[in-house]
Amino acid sequence: MKPADDNRGKTLGMWLFLYSEIILFGGLFVLYAVFFSRFSQDFVQGGHELSRIIGSINTLILLTSSFTVAASITAIRRNQVKTAICLIGFSMACGLVFLINKYMEWGHKIHMGIYPNSERLMESSPGFNIFFGMYYIITGLHGLHVLIGTILLGVSLVMLIKGKITQDSHALLENSGLYWHLVDLIWIFVFPLFYLVL
Amino acid sequence: MTDIPSFFETPSPPGLTGIKAWLLTTDHKRIALMYLWAVLFWFMLAVIFGLLLRVELMSPGKTIMDARVYNSLFTLHGVVMIFLFVIPAIPAIFGNFILPIQIGAHDVFFPKLNLLSWYLFMLGGLLAVISLFSGGFPDTGWTFYVPFSVNTQSNVSLTVLAAFILGMSSMLTGLNFITTIHRMRADEMGWMQIPLFTWSLYATAWVQLLATPVVSITLLLVVFERLFSLGLFDPDKGGDPLLYQHLFWMYSHPAVYIMILPGMGVISEIIPVFSRKAIFGYKGIVWSSMAIAIAGSLVWAHHMFTSGMSDVAVFVFSLLTFLVAIPSAVKVFSWISTMYKGSIAMEPPFFYALVFIYLFSLGGLTGLVLGSAGTDIHVHDTHFVVAHFHFMMFGGTGFAFFAALHFWWPKIFGIMYDFKKAYVAAILTTIGFVFHYVPMFILGLQGMPRRYYDYLPIYHTGNFLAGWGAFIMVGGIALMFVNLLMSFRQNIRATDNPWGGTTLEWAIPSPPPVHNFPEKPHIDDLPYDFRLIVEAEKNRVKKGQSHP
Repeated sequence: MKPADDNRGKTLGMWLFLYSEIILFGGLFVLYAVFFSRFSQDFVQGGHELSRIIGSINTLILLTSSFTVAASITAIRRNQVKTAICLIGFSMACGLVFLINKYMEWGHKIHMGIYPNSERLMESSPGFNIFFGMYYIITGLHGLHVLIGTILLGVSLVMLIKGKITQDSHALLENSGLYWHLVDLIWIFVFPLFYLVL
Repeated sequence: MTDIPSFFETPSPPGLTGIKAWLLTTDHKRIALMYLWAVLFWFMLAVIFGLLLRVELMSPGKTIMDARVYNSLFTLHGVVMIFLFVIPAIPAIFGNFILPIQIGAHDVFFPKLNLLSWYLFMLGGLLAVISLFSGGFPDTGWTFYVPFSVNTQSNVSLTVLAAFILGMSSMLTGLNFITTIHRMRADEMGWMQIPLFTWSLYATAWVQLLATPVVSITLLLVVFERLFSLGLFDPDKGGDPLLYQHLFWMYSHPAVYIMILPGMGVISEIIPVFSRKAIFGYKGIVWSSMAIAIAGSLVWAHHMFTSGMSDVAVFVFSLLTFLVAIPSAVKVFSWISTMYKGSIAMEPPFFYALVFIYLFSLGGLTGLVLGSAGTDIHVHDTHFVVAHFHFMMFGGTGFAFFAALHFWWPKIFGIMYDFKKAYVAAILTTIGFVFHYVPMFILGLQGMPRRYYDYLPIYHTGNFLAGWGAFIMVGGIALMFVNLLMSFRQNIRATDNPWGGTTLEWAIPSPPPVHNFPEKPHIDDLPYDFRLIVEAEKNRVKKGQSHP
């Protein structure tokens, strides 16, 4: 079989890439675990500073978008191109809303004087500072992945409209979908670690 | 078969001409050659850096440079050697060229991604160079330990970013290889019929894929720390510098297996060919590759015995380190057993392979000295460590790289080099090597620390000797490259199978055509079956013909 027709091979490559992404975040989660065991009290205090409502909304948004991406792949398998286009468009919109939410959340935090090296963080206990250090790095890196995922979905959308993604050849859509699920999956871990730590 | 044009004459994708035929190519063979020239350039540069360092150390006090330049030079020597030579050398050059051919494929699975990896590699190298000329030389050593790497004024961010991009390039190459081996093997080739070089690259690729992201995130954290001073590694702000070391070595120790496994693969390929005998313990070598890849990922903290760890952790990491010696020894014994009662044909690639086994074994044994916690406390961060890892990195991977160059040179370019000069170069390099690094073992045992600019008079003799060794070694290396390059001018055509190899790359023309296999390749039941080769050689002797 030629690589160009080998959808399974392309998906395999994507899975391998996703492993590496998981380990990229894994390094950060290891750091989180070490600091959490050292400063559990401060982490709880830090968790109270975050808005659980915005966090929950973002979780809901990502979960929904993950569903619609999966549905769009099923749609293209059944050759329902229009449905697939709508579903992907919706998922992209979800990604953008997530990013806007994140932007407002960060803006709010910075407004409250919580940002790296700020006076407030320097005066509070070290654990509190570390909590927000981890918060900015992990959610920032995750946000970057949401952005990349949205762009990938956008590329798939263009390809769908151009008719380059079809019932028989939809590896690109499937891979973008897999990437989007990964973004979702990581958020599933990030959300409780920061917003629900009590 | 000579009427088929080689890949040098056929651009891929078709229609490209001149420099574009190289820079935009997706042909794995052309990409491999682009890696070859880039890697050789970096190697020579780093060799010169190393030579300057040793000249500086030949006498106490200032010899040719001041302490600041010295610090930058050993950082650069390390960064360039590790990230731009040792890690990419064998996988990116010979892996790219030989791996698809060995499994009967026309190319790697993601040819465009392969080209992207090359561009990332070049970009990383470029950034490393730029970091030199903007904001001062980095002076942290290649390990970028915090807090110094976060506090120093020099331009660490850019160097670290370069390492990040190079890691990405190496990871994508690994991803490509795994997919290629899974999806593009010839239909008749089962897992236990894959040539050992490809197997070793498979094990390497998994380590590249699973370990590199850890160092990527660690290096990113250093950049973030420098930009935003979050304080994750700063005790004043609640952080912990030890965590950096853990994260760094979690990748960088597996990385040493990224460096050595492909080298072992090359040797496993060369030894049976020149012994005219099937490799001893094929499965043992396959599984030991995988065992090294797995066990090697669990030993990182043996770099940190003196950094502050619980005794239990020290014990566990020391034990695991010892365990890695077992699969490594399995390989060494398999190579030796292959030669036993074989019909040895002494030729330059084989000679390099023999030197590899010798130097690698010595390096491995001294590694055990460092792996056991007690003796490590004594020699930690001394020249003993420097000598040990140069035995492995250079005596191991470096000589495997030289062996591979001499082994596949006629296949890649279709020309043969001069044997006599190759032997002289190999002997000079080896003698220089031993003179260069053995004094360092002794210096280390006497207590001379690594990375120091100056030293006490008692260390003078050792450093002085090591300096002369360095000159002999560099002379040998230079002669080797001159000899290889001279082959272009002499232009002695090599046959398709000059060494009598049995793997698929020897069944196709030299240099290979752009679509590797003009005819569907025939896959032997066993990858190292020399009966036909030996038979043919006997017939040739009977007919009174000389060796090709």
